Amino acid sequence: MIELQAVERRFQVGDEIVHGLRGVSLSIADGDYLSIMGPSGSGKSTLLNILGLLDRPDAGHYRLEGTETTTQDEEARAGLRQHHIGFVFQAFHLIPRLTAAQNIALPMTLAGVAPAQRERRVAEVLQAMGLSDRARHTPNQLSGGQRQRVAIGRAIVMQPQVLLADEPTGNLDQHSGGEVIKVLEQLNDQGITLIVVTHDPAIGARARRRIRMLDGAIESDQ
Amino acid sequence: MNLGDNLRMAAGALRGARLRTGLMLLAMSIGVASVVLLTALGEGARRYVVNEFASLGTHLLIMLPGRNETTGGAPPLLGATPRDLTLDDALAMLRSQAILRVAPLTIGNAPVSHGGLSREVSVLGSTPELFPIRHLDIAQGDPLPAGDPTRGAAVAVLGSTLKQELFGHRHALGEWVRINDRRFRVIGILADSGESLGQDLGDMVIIPVASAQALFNTPGLFRVLIQARSLASIPAAQRAAREIIRARHDGEDDVTIITQDALLSTFDKILRALTFTVGGIAAISLVVAGILIMNVMLVSVSQRTAEIGLMKAVGAANRQILRLFLVESLLLAGAGAGTGLLLAAAGTAALRAAFPDFPLAAPTWAPLAAVTVALLAGLVFGLAPARRAARMDPVRALTGR
Repeated sequence: MIELQAVERRFQVGDEIVHGLRGVSLSIADGDYLSIMGPSGSGKSTLLNILGLLDRPDAGHYRLEGTETTTQDEEARAGLRQHHIGFVFQAFHLIPRLTAAQNIALPMTLAGVAPAQRERRVAEVLQAMGLSDRARHTPNQLSGGQRQRVAIGRAIVMQPQVLLADEPTGNLDQHSGGEVIKVLEQLNDQGITLIVVTHDPAIGARARRRIRMLDGAIESDQ
Repeated sequence: MNLGDNLRMAAGALRGARLRTGLMLLAMSIGVASVVLLTALGEGARRYVVNEFASLGTHLLIMLPGRNETTGGAPPLLGATPRDLTLDDALAMLRSQAILRVAPLTIGNAPVSHGGLSREVSVLGSTPELFPIRHLDIAQGDPLPAGDPTRGAAVAVLGSTLKQELFGHRHALGEWVRINDRRFRVIGILADSGESLGQDLGDMVIIPVASAQALFNTPGLFRVLIQARSLASIPAAQRAAREIIRARHDGEDDVTIITQDALLSTFDKILRALTFTVGGIAAISLVVAGILIMNVMLVSVSQRTAEIGLMKAVGAANRQILRLFLVESLLLAGAGAGTGLLLAAAGTAALRAAFPDFPLAAPTWAPLAAVTVALLAGLVFGLAPARRAARMDPVRALTGR
C-alpha cells in the first residue's frame, strides 16, 4: 500500500524555484498496475523518484506499507529500497564488468545474503526471465531486450512489493519492447504492484489505472 | 554485504581499469621496495662495520704504551720517552675482578723458513689467551702451551697461508721451522679466518711472548689486549687497568687505552640513525603513492557515477558505498605493497649476488613499517574519494549529472 499526501517537491534552478511536484496526493493499492504519462517536465520522473525513496519530498507525507518514510534517515530508506522496491531504468544501468547472473545477484550481495541462497534465487530468476543460457554473459554480449530482462531480474530478485519502471522500453525496438512489457505484466499478474512511467501512449493505455501529469500535478486519474 | 563479496567487487572494479590499476601498483610497489632496499643497505653497512669490529674480540680493551696528551704546554724536557709496557705490567692486570683475560702482544717481522723455502711474515708473540680473545681457531694441533709466560718455549702456531706456502699439502705438525736464526717446532695451524681490519690472519706466525721478546731483543710490549668480564664491566676494567699501571709506573698512567665497544657503539648508533633516515626519506614516496591513489580513486568515482547511483537504488546504504571504495583503495595499496615486497626481495637477491661479502639485510621493522605506511596511505587518501561516492545524490548519479 502506497499513500502520498500533499507531496511538494521544489528545485532551485539558478535564482528560480521550480515546482517539480505541487500537492500530489495518491494512493496505490497492492497489486495495482499504473501508468504515469505526461509531457517532459511534468513531474513524472520526480514522482517516480519520490515513490522509489531516491528523493525526499519538501512537504507532505509518504507512507509505504504503513511506514512514514519522510522522517526516516538515509540508512532506513536504503533498507526500505532494498526490501520493498525494485527499479527498472530506461538505460538498464547494468554493471558492465559483471555477468548477467552477478548483475541480478547484486542487491542480494549488497544485502549480505549467503552465497548458496543467492545462487538458488538467481537461478530461479534467470529461469523466469528466460535467460538461463545467458547467465555467464556480460551485458555487452546481450541484446537490448535481454539486457532489460536482466535489469528486471535484478529488480525482483529481493521479491519487492513494488516495481517502478522508468521508460522501460525507451531504448528498445518495438519487438523487444513488447516482450519486456509482457514480462512486467506477468509479474503484475503474480501480485507485484507495477508503476510504469512512459511517453508511449500505447504502453500507457495497457495499465489498469492511468495517471496523466501536467506541471507537477495530477491532471487526470482513470 | 560480507567481506568476501566486498573484496571481490573491489577487485573486479580494479581489474576493470587495468592500465590505471597497473600504474598505481607500480607507484606503490616502487615506494615499498625503496623503503625496504634502502634500509637494507643501511643495515648492511651497520652489520659490516659491527662484524669488522666484533672480529677483533668482544669486550676488548687495547692498551698502548705512551699517552696521547691533549693538554697544551711545552713538552717535558725529562722523561719524554714513555716507559715500556712490560710483560709483568700485562700480567698484573689479572688482579682486577673486572678483567677476564689478558694477552700481551709483541709484533715484529722476520723471515720464516723451512727446507729451502723462506717467507717474511708478521711474528706475533703472545700467550694462549690471545686465541680466545681474538677468536682465533686452531685447524690442527694445539694453541700455545699454557704455563709461565716469562719462559719462552720454542714452539710456533702457523697461519694457514704461511703453512701452505712453506709445506704445501705436506704434514707440518711436529716439523721444525726457522724464524730468524732460531728453531721452532710447529704445534698448531690456524684455521683460515680471512682478514680482520686489513690484516691477513693467515700470513703470520704466533710464538710465545718471551720467545718473541728474545727474538726481537725488546723488553717492551707492542700492545696489551685486555678482555673485560662483561659489557658492563668495561669501564671498571679500564679504571682498574689505569690504577694498576699508575701503581707500577711511579704514579704515571702513561698508557693509552682504547675500548673497542665504545668505538663500536658509536658506529652502531650513527649507522642506525642513517638507516632510519634513508627509510624515512623513502617513506615519502609512499605518501606520494597515497596521493596518487586518491587521484585514481577520484577519477574512478566520477567515472562510475551511474554505478554508484544504481547501487543506492538497489539498497546500498551510504556506509556500504563508503566501505566498498575504501576497500578498493586499501586493496590497491595492499597489492602495491605486496608487489613492492617481491620487488625488494628480488633487488636484495640481486645485490647479494653482486656483492656477496656485504651483509645486506633489511631490518625486520622495515617491510612491516613500509606495508603499514602503504596501507595507512591507502586508507587516509582513499577516504576523500569514498566519501564523495557515498554522499552522491542517487537521482543525479543515475541520470549521469
